[in-house]
Amino acid sequence: MSGSAVADARPVAGAAPPTTRTTPPSWKQAIILARFQLRDYLRAFRFSLMMGIVGAIGVIITILLVHFRPAVLHSASAFYGSFWTGGVVFVMVVAVIIYGGDAIAGEFQNRTGYFLLGLPVRRAAVYAGKFLASFAACVVAVLFYLAILVADASYFLGGGAVSDPGQLVASLGLALLYLLAVLGTAFLFSSLFKQSLFGVLVVLFMFLIGWNILTSVVTSLFQTEPWFVISYAAPVIGYPLTGTPQHLVRFGALVSYSPTLGEGIAIMLGYFVVTSLLGLLLFEREEFT
Amino acid sequence: MAGASSPSLVTHGLTRRFGRFVAVDHLDLTVEGTKVVGFLGPNGAGKTTALKMLTDLIFPTAGEAFLNGVSVQRDRKRALAGVGTLIETPEIYPSLTPREALEMAGRLRGLEADYVRERTRVVLEEVKMSEWIDRKTGRFSKGMKQRIHIAAALLSDPNILLLDEPSTGLDPRGMAEVREIVRGLKRSGRLVFMSSHILSEVVDVCDEVALIDRGKLLFYDTLANVSARLAGGATEVTAVFLKPLSDDELLSHLTGVPDLVSWSRAGPDRVTLRIQGGTEAQSRILETLVARRTGLWSFRESRSALEEVYLREITQGEQ
Ligand SMILES: Nc1ncnc2c1ncn2[C@@H]1O[C@H](COP(=O)(O)OP(=O)(O)OP(=O)(O)O)[C@@H](O)[C@H]1O
Ligand SMILES: [Mg+2]
Repeated sequence: MSGSAVADARPVAGAAPPTTRTTPPSWKQAIILARFQLRDYLRAFRFSLMMGIVGAIGVIITILLVHFRPAVLHSASAFYGSFWTGGVVFVMVVAVIIYGGDAIAGEFQNRTGYFLLGLPVRRAAVYAGKFLASFAACVVAVLFYLAILVADASYFLGGGAVSDPGQLVASLGLALLYLLAVLGTAFLFSSLFKQSLFGVLVVLFMFLIGWNILTSVVTSLFQTEPWFVISYAAPVIGYPLTGTPQHLVRFGALVSYSPTLGEGIAIMLGYFVVTSLLGLLLFEREEFT
Repeated sequence: MAGASSPSLVTHGLTRRFGRFVAVDHLDLTVEGTKVVGFLGPNGAGKTTALKMLTDLIFPTAGEAFLNGVSVQRDRKRALAGVGTLIETPEIYPSLTPREALEMAGRLRGLEADYVRERTRVVLEEVKMSEWIDRKTGRFSKGMKQRIHIAAALLSDPNILLLDEPSTGLDPRGMAEVREIVRGLKRSGRLVFMSSHILSEVVDVCDEVALIDRGKLLFYDTLANVSARLAGGATEVTAVFLKPLSDDELLSHLTGVPDLVSWSRAGPDRVTLRIQGGTEAQSRILETLVARRTGLWSFRESRSALEEVYLREITQGEQ
């Protein structure tokens, strides 16, 4: 049978390369792929698009600050608590729409997957490599946004711009965890399609309105905590800066839930793990017809 | 050098259905050693589908494929380690340059940086793309991209090459260069399995041919045997004369010529001859026509032996 001669299957002629048989481990391949993918990402138009959007948000915030000089300008925590927490979620969603929605679908539509899968790589390594590259590109957007806010804070608060770096770092950490969850979800949606547009549209819809609709339906109709909606966890990003709000607030018939920190982290981790596994499972079964 | 370490491509009952349609039907192939195999068949025969199963781009409905003894379906990473592929029309991330694309492919295969750099130079030279090494591939023409993909397939110096119509989209010189590359691969001990519609190319570079039609393997044999298959059949030769001939002149030239089965006019100055009895018969007819001072200046097979067999087998399939 042919199955036995495996280990010996080497190029014959003397010109054969020294390392043909030592294909790197998959995690290493994922990093290699991510490096080149990221290089492509940073050179392409979509990078300017993303940075342009984040930059525009920064400009708008700065103009508003200069014009209204709001009360939050008196403490760093209050400042970041309002501008960082709300803004970064939007920035991440924009970045994920740009770098996540078509990540897997694009491998089919743009036929780049036919090149990658012609190489000795597992599909999982391709999926992970693409994820790493998208994640890195989104992190650039997050850091850019943070840099804009820190610059604003330095201008208005002077030396007290980053009065408690620990708070900010903790909040950044939570934001990146949220990014993992959002990007994982986008990758799952992206692996459902072989056309970039569908991937992007579904991610766009879900993150701009879909989750919100789901949340209000669940809370108002069933009076249940919407712990299974990813965006429910988003406010947790601000907890290190502003403290944890009350879990349940009632205004007459209206109820409003806020997750605890632990709950928020669990939701984000859960989304990341579950959507990544599901997306990977889908991609493993997808064919390059 | 041969024996255990010689390249091999094996399929066992490889089958693929799309719904009810059977694109590849129990393909059993065993190809071993240093050689170039042409994978032929009409449009839609199932060549690309078979090659995609051989590279795990799509999955078989039944059966299994082995490259260098490793099951593609069970372990694509190990099976493809010694294999260079070019299936259909892949694309490279558009803002990467050929240098970067090949570096990515090389590093993913575990080749050392120095080796990749040196090989990149060599293979881009081989496909005549050296001067484009630092341009973004996104703007390349179809043929230029095809050349880069051929270079990428050659990069790791694999011992098996799976090529799906490698010369489509190339200009005439590009086609000739691909033929030269394939011949070179055979010289250095590689196994090349390539689909093609260009029978002259196949005759030129292939040692063996596998013919597939409607998903079924019709035969897998050496080119020499394919020609021998023809011995029983008639060959068609086109004879061209210096000046146009009237029917009467043609008749007087051709009556009584030995081994000539039948003939028909193919133009004012040319005629198609059907000849029984292989090359020797052709030689006798040629000599006769020359001796009769007919003004004959060109005498050649209108179809190669491979073409004859191809057409015969494929039309038989249609009945
Ligand atoms: N994804 C698919 N869904 C349905 N049918 C398919 C699919 N891919 C291929 N087929 C069918 O399978 C058959 C074989 O296709 P394939 O591409 O393998 O042919 P081929 O021999 O490569 O042809 P060509 O010489 O034109 O490249 C065709 O009839 C095609 O329509
Ligand atoms: Mg084809």
